[in-house]
Amino acid sequence: MDRFVFLTFDGLSKGAVLAAFALALVLIWRAARIVNFAQGAMAVAAAYAAYSVTSATGSYWLGFGAALVGGLLIGLVVERAVMRFVDHTSPLAEVIVALGLVLVLQAVLGMVYGNEFLPAGTPFSRTALTAGGVPLLSRYDLFVFGAVLLVVVGLALLFTRTPVGLRMRASAFAPEVSRLLGVNVGGMLTLGWALASAVGALAAMLVIPTELGLHPHAMDLVFVSAFTAAVVGGLDSPPGAVVGGLAVGLILSYVSGYLGSDVTPMAVLVLLLAVLLVRPGGLFSSTVARQV
Amino acid sequence: MTADTTTAAAPRAGATADVILRVSGLTAGYGAAPVLSDIDLTVRAGTIAAVLGANGAGKTTLLRTLSGLVRPSAGEIVFGGQPLRDVPVEQLVRRGMAHVPEGRGVVAELTVDENLRLGGLWRRDRADAAQALAEVYELFPPLAQRRRHAGHQLSGGERQMLALGRALVARPRLLLLDEPSLGLAPRVIAQIMGLLRELRDRTGLTVLLVEQNVRSALSVADEAVVMSLGRVVTATSADRLRDDEELRHAYLGF
Repeated sequence: MDRFVFLTFDGLSKGAVLAAFALALVLIWRAARIVNFAQGAMAVAAAYAAYSVTSATGSYWLGFGAALVGGLLIGLVVERAVMRFVDHTSPLAEVIVALGLVLVLQAVLGMVYGNEFLPAGTPFSRTALTAGGVPLLSRYDLFVFGAVLLVVVGLALLFTRTPVGLRMRASAFAPEVSRLLGVNVGGMLTLGWALASAVGALAAMLVIPTELGLHPHAMDLVFVSAFTAAVVGGLDSPPGAVVGGLAVGLILSYVSGYLGSDVTPMAVLVLLLAVLLVRPGGLFSSTVARQV
Repeated sequence: MTADTTTAAAPRAGATADVILRVSGLTAGYGAAPVLSDIDLTVRAGTIAAVLGANGAGKTTLLRTLSGLVRPSAGEIVFGGQPLRDVPVEQLVRRGMAHVPEGRGVVAELTVDENLRLGGLWRRDRADAAQALAEVYELFPPLAQRRRHAGHQLSGGERQMLALGRALVARPRLLLLDEPSLGLAPRVIAQIMGLLRELRDRTGLTVLLVEQNVRSALSVADEAVVMSLGRVVTATSADRLRDDEELRHAYLGF
């Protein structure tokens, strides 16, 4: 029973990060109808920026800020300089370009920083706090929960309560009508990419210290898990991404706890396959028929 | 913005002499073959001009070219005394032109309130935007009752009201209206036409009304332009087209 409780908390903590990363995927999907396969590599690039800043200044928090700002800028540049010029009539073109971006980013990061794992520190202790002798959560886990919660609530408020959020949603749903109403649709798309990339960078900052460390490929497996979470959630639904992320985190935690961590990567793929077979639209797919 | 409001509120008699829209030699299309060839058109401020014609005559493309969604290959569009060439689509609403596209363009996923607010987001003055929104709710009481409903939950008539109301939130000087009667019951069509007449008389709004429903359009229009195969074949007063059977036969087939 103790083991189950521990695995549950551990799974939720992993799941929170997956939720954030899945949310980033959903943001871009909603804005541009692209599954951003380059998101892992973009997030790692932001995490390397944080590494440089932290190494130079000795401050974790300056590095953390650099990762968020770096994430925004990377998203902005990727949309303005690359994605804007991709032929949007064929989905395959966007996927290939995104995969190309992954190769370029990982190669460049490898050249600049080397292909070895670099240590990534945490601002809080990762030693689990115990309740009645049962190890539950570490201070770092609480920090992860808090950060992800802040992002989820912040994005929800941005999209539903602010004029910019209304512009972004309208641009995604009806670009031509939005232009006629004076909305800068291209700008909203860039903003969507920048925001998503910053959220992805945050997820990378949170998860990398809990894994092997910083490496150009550090987010590869996280990407697969988060993509699964986003698909489970329906790809179109931010709440779906959050629930999907937590669910995938739990499943992975139970699988690695009871069956062994070797099976984990396999479990993610099996889960993705199962969801695609049973409910290809995702568990949270909206059934609203568009009739304009 | 103040200047725009004053113009829109100017009494009709004073404005009738002003030409608000002048189109000359306009040629446009989507591929090699032009959909519009050499269109000449003049619309006076404070009037309703109906653009009539069969399917494929180029009526919708005319509106899309006027609002910049389609770039013309030749010709000139002068709106409010200023040429519109190279003005981005997003800027036109600030200049006082509103385009309600065919199929109405209500954003189905957004609520009635969000759709309407979208029409006023370009304004810097928040209080002014709120005022314009309140005016539209007053004009369309059914929309006020359904503020929180999503666009896809509305009936056809309510959607048309929403699309029209959203355009009016911008307090335009010129309203481009593409087939507002499409798929609506006669009673609802009459309501909408009556509203256009009222807006013209009360606020001096200019309307360029594209319609397949000739009778409804002629019931409110001051001027009529008949298009066929991408050309203007006749431009006359709506009264004349309504009363002159021969003319109607020749151009509209009834």
